[in-house]
Amino acid sequence: MKKSNSFINISYLILGVLFGIILIKSEVVSWFRIQEMFRFQSFHMYGIIGSAILVGFTSIQLLKKFDIKTLQGEKIVFKPKPLKWKSNLFGGMLFGLGWAIAGACPGPLYALIGSGYSIILVVLASAIFGTLFYGIVKEKIPH
Amino acid sequence: MEAITDFLKQPFPWYVAGPLIGLFVPLFLIIGNKSFGISSTLRHFCSACIPIKKSYFSYNWKEEIWSFFFVAGIFVGGYLAGFIQPEEFSINLSPEALLTFKKLGVNNLEGLLPKELFNWNNLLSIKGFLFFICGGFLIGFGTRYANGCTSGHSIMGLSLLNPASLIATIGFFIGGLISTHLFISYLLSL
Repeated sequence: MKKSNSFINISYLILGVLFGIILIKSEVVSWFRIQEMFRFQSFHMYGIIGSAILVGFTSIQLLKKFDIKTLQGEKIVFKPKPLKWKSNLFGGMLFGLGWAIAGACPGPLYALIGSGYSIILVVLASAIFGTLFYGIVKEKIPH
Repeated sequence: MEAITDFLKQPFPWYVAGPLIGLFVPLFLIIGNKSFGISSTLRHFCSACIPIKKSYFSYNWKEEIWSFFFVAGIFVGGYLAGFIQPEEFSINLSPEALLTFKKLGVNNLEGLLPKELFNWNNLLSIKGFLFFICGGFLIGFGTRYANGCTSGHSIMGLSLLNPASLIATIGFFIGGLISTHLFISYLLSL
């Protein structure tokens, strides 16, 4: 069990390194690119998100069709997030407001900090505070 | 080796980057039976590091340690990519976007972010408060309220054709369009 845990951790570390490189090199971490996207001035971001979904969707169909198992031989569990339209929509809108202002979603925050934009540490710390605040007020807001 | 570094010096076009990002969906599932997503690490971080008695943070975060490894990897990847990036580079933005930034008074288009805005000197200014503190707060609060971000909802969730993820993604765009078209030019003028 212990051994497989460290295998998994190292595997996800390597995936993270690759993901970080892709995020920077594809420029999806860029405030400029996010502004350009929300102003419909370039296909770049839409092409990335659209083709990522297409590949993700096709992969899931193949995993299901051929009943592919995990590396540990387990059955793959697909866990769609529960539908709670109020929280999905209102939370989504609040995140969208922040996404266009700070110019980054959570993954890119880590990549930008690594890439040398140290001021993004402040954005990440604020995002952690936002998460903490959500945990505190969760029961008092509509879901 | 030189061919590889030459390739890495160029930005990835969308038709390379998009499919590569999409592959993280099956890789996450096959390697550890995990759903691709990132914003939940913010929650795990609170659960692990902040002593607060709230049901939202009361669970065994140790089972989610793999996700800390993933985001640590993103950090390292960002560092490595910055390393191979040419010293001075500007994103190949569309002519329309260039015109917009000129109108907005964003003149330094070097690098990934506008350096005249994203720097430590602005931290204690009203701009710094709005762009870094409020922006970051909305990212953390919004993604957790929506139960996912661009990765977990827009890529993983839409790959599963999940209605919750479609609603969340529509929300992301409504919020982003409101910020961009109603707030940004005012915020930049402050």
